[in-house]
Amino acid sequence: MSAAGLPTQRWSKLEIAFWLIPIAAFFAFPKYLTLGSQILITALFALSLDLILGYARIISLGQAAFFGLGAYTAGLLAKYGWGEPLSGLVLGGLVASLAGLVTSFLVVRGQDLTRLMVTLGIGLMFYEAANQATSITGGVDGLSGVVMGKLFGVFSFGMDGRTAYVYSLVVLFIVFCCARTLVRSPFGLSLRGIREGEKRMPAIGASVPRKLVAVYTIGAGIAGIAGALLAQTTQFVGIDSLGFPRSADLMIMLVLGGTGYLYGGIIGAAVFMLMQDYLSNLNPVYWQFWLGLLLVIIVLFARGGLLGGLIALRQRLASRWE
Amino acid sequence: MKRPIFTKRRRFLTTLAAGMAAMSTTRYAFAADPLRIGLILPLTGPFASTGKQIEAACRLYIARNGDTVAGRKVELIVKDDTGLAPETTKRIAQELIVQDHVNILAGFGLTPLALATAPVATEAKIPMIVMAAATSIIPTRSPYIVRSGFALPQVTAPIADWAAKNKIKRVVTLVTDFGPGVDAEKTFVKRFTEAGGTVVESLRTPLRSPDYGPFLQRVKDAKPDALFVFVPSGEGTAVMKQFADRGLAAAGIALIGTGDVVDDDILDTIGAPSLGVVTSFHYSAAHPSAENKAYVEGFMKANNGMRPNFHSLGGYDGMHLIYEAQKKTNGSNDGDKLVEAMKGMSWTSPRGPMTIDPATRDVIQTVYIRKVEMKDGHYWSIEFDKVDNVKDPGT
Amino acid sequence: MIGNFIGVLFDGIAYGSLLFVISIGLSVTMGLMNFVNLAHGAFAMVGGYACVLAMTRLGVPFLATLPIAFVVSAAAGIVLERTLYRRLYRATHLDQVLFSIGLVFMSIAATTYFFGPQQQPVQLPAFLRGQVHVLGIDLGAYRLFLIGIVVAITIALTLLIERTRFGAEIRASVDNQQASAGLGINVYRVFSLTFALGSGLAGLGGGLGIDVLGLDPTFPLKYMVYFLLVVAVGGAGTVKGPLFAALILGVFDVAGKYYVPQVGSFIIYVVMVVMLIVFPRGLVGRHA
Repeated sequence: MSAAGLPTQRWSKLEIAFWLIPIAAFFAFPKYLTLGSQILITALFALSLDLILGYARIISLGQAAFFGLGAYTAGLLAKYGWGEPLSGLVLGGLVASLAGLVTSFLVVRGQDLTRLMVTLGIGLMFYEAANQATSITGGVDGLSGVVMGKLFGVFSFGMDGRTAYVYSLVVLFIVFCCARTLVRSPFGLSLRGIREGEKRMPAIGASVPRKLVAVYTIGAGIAGIAGALLAQTTQFVGIDSLGFPRSADLMIMLVLGGTGYLYGGIIGAAVFMLMQDYLSNLNPVYWQFWLGLLLVIIVLFARGGLLGGLIALRQRLASRWE
Repeated sequence: MKRPIFTKRRRFLTTLAAGMAAMSTTRYAFAADPLRIGLILPLTGPFASTGKQIEAACRLYIARNGDTVAGRKVELIVKDDTGLAPETTKRIAQELIVQDHVNILAGFGLTPLALATAPVATEAKIPMIVMAAATSIIPTRSPYIVRSGFALPQVTAPIADWAAKNKIKRVVTLVTDFGPGVDAEKTFVKRFTEAGGTVVESLRTPLRSPDYGPFLQRVKDAKPDALFVFVPSGEGTAVMKQFADRGLAAAGIALIGTGDVVDDDILDTIGAPSLGVVTSFHYSAAHPSAENKAYVEGFMKANNGMRPNFHSLGGYDGMHLIYEAQKKTNGSNDGDKLVEAMKGMSWTSPRGPMTIDPATRDVIQTVYIRKVEMKDGHYWSIEFDKVDNVKDPGT
Repeated sequence: MIGNFIGVLFDGIAYGSLLFVISIGLSVTMGLMNFVNLAHGAFAMVGGYACVLAMTRLGVPFLATLPIAFVVSAAAGIVLERTLYRRLYRATHLDQVLFSIGLVFMSIAATTYFFGPQQQPVQLPAFLRGQVHVLGIDLGAYRLFLIGIVVAITIALTLLIERTRFGAEIRASVDNQQASAGLGINVYRVFSLTFALGSGLAGLGGGLGIDVLGLDPTFPLKYMVYFLLVVAVGGAGTVKGPLFAALILGVFDVAGKYYVPQVGSFIIYVVMVVMLIVFPRGLVGRHA
């Protein structure tokens, strides 16, 4: 803690080591870069949910709505001639955060279950809307013909996945840094206050609904950026990017990794997608069973997700050392 | 005491080493590298039955025709894409090419999956055999796509013609709202109205619909002569049950459609309500040819009595395309040469005669008009008329 | 036009009743144990498959399989509650969500393994098939039967909760767990029995619903939204709330699909969001 009582903005050694891993992976696994970039994109998506869920305690099952919005925005831009990646990315994020702002007023009312259902309902509404607007979105068949221009005019998105990987990693890192700064700022502290004692916040003069709206909007924007990334790196937008299974999988990944640490979503996304890839290769038909079993075991014996378990382990080892 | 064990172990190791050397030299004794086929199918999730049928058919083809072709050993690499996320299918295709060095991509259970993967086939110059997805535009998306299954407009046009010729004047269409469904609806409406009929109403149900009830009630209230139905394979059970329960048959409304609604996979499950339903389709498990009889028998024997359906033929004939192209090009890996070899190929499949259109790389085949009847205690679609050499008319 | 409307209303009520039977267990579980159980649909599925097995392997007639479905699901409920669910009563809602989704995945995979991915058939007895002509309108015989059963179950449940001692124990535990325990009520026993009852009803609903909702291994995921919807809109922990919610949702869903088929499913989600905004604590608001 710094002198002002705020958490420090300095990077710990573990954090620096953590960010070296995806860089190392680029060189160590050149054949898996497409999977790698999809993991990074999902990690960014999970980060958006962590802000909303881990820090602001809003249980949302409709985050995919913003992901899909960002994806369709970037995809449609590229399809109709505007193939410049970075502007498409930013626009995707903006459109999604606008949607987040508009819907946030519905979400800040009510308790856990109500919020869950409202977010779910909004997600489903977006899905149905995309499903109906076939001439724009391609409906269930998806939006194809997305032609991406070169990144910075130099790097094209090829089949080897290298540009996609580096692009996704850099975007993830930049957004992560912003989120990290936010979380350790006074605003972030007030969020933690809401998380730990929502009813007491007005007593110290903090406006709860306004902060929740802010977080929800930011989370939506980040999800939109992740969606735009996916559209740009795969040159396709499927209607599943808005679908409920995507929101549900995301929540699983986040809880798996551990909520409220910012790193939990990234770890959870990586573990989940790697497991999914590995198990479905082993036995294509029944990976779902082992995944379910793994989830049950983790919840029963390793609460707080992987990160929570690791931290607890470290504390126990540290105390034993003393 | 140690010495005897030591020599025994050494002998064991030397034998092992010799064996491994022998095996590896045997492998290199094979003149050519293996033919690797990447089969991407939905094996879990809501479309798992499609994947199951196609995989079974591909393995049956290999079992009956041997696992070597043009001097190369055939390796079938099967991957599950769950059918739900096009980016997963695309990524699996990329990994198959980059890591597993496949020479052919095959499978593709649904339209969005094929559309998303098309650019990969083009960039890698690898033939892509689409075995299941049935929307018209698919082969246009890449010059390396060859379809071995069918296209919806192709199998819809004949029933529209048949209906117009058989005293059916007013029809309501009911399709599932996705690529193939819209294709079917547009084709039927166009053909039927051109032939003088009237389409009273066109209804579309969402891909995930819990209840066909309200839709069928609306059909009943519209009082048409017939109801034209297209639903993806597997949904037929729900539709037929509602059709019977709501008394549409009793109200004099005939049921016509493409064969998906009375898919062989579920026909026995539907049971009595399916009797008398007239459909047009490219395959019935009751097709009375020697090839089909052997096919159905072989399939059921290898798969616990599971009856082959139309999707399985996409797999079986897809494998045929791959094998024949290899033979024709003497085991080539060149994508352009292979696709050229497939163009214009013509043979008798268990479904009947079929050809690959050299201009569009799509299937030209016979479409049969069939009626569901009971035979030997089971329900079958019995063919009573046909239209030869049907090309996909497109939409 | 009126005739159509009554037909639609009738269909909607039948559909809603089915949703109610399955969801009531979830409502009581959530209200009582404060446990968000997304795996509730799996118990319904178990009941459905129990019916199918009994009909095909043991040749039991459809109506007789329904009590079997109830018992099998209730038994599964007790076993799982005692061994697994009980450990997570004090866990966060998120952990419960994750856990129950894990259970759902396992149940889907296991069911696919044993039964295959296709839809399961059901042979209804002849007198339940087809339509019945009532007051100039054709009503589905099976749907009439459904409504009848649900009315009976609702009455029985209400009597159970309002008039019996066990019902009083449930009501007390829902209101205030600690005080009830202090009064000597064995709260954990109430939990187990209630969970069993809820699961049993879900199984019964699953069996009843094979004809209307279909039955395949993805059932728990496909319909999870609807069950949660009923409980969220109706309010957890009551009987009347979910009943009204289920009926309203059923009618709107059917009416939407009938009158405006192009947007059919959209309507139910809009209705849900609107109702949740207006009644954030559910229709029959109990404690949050």
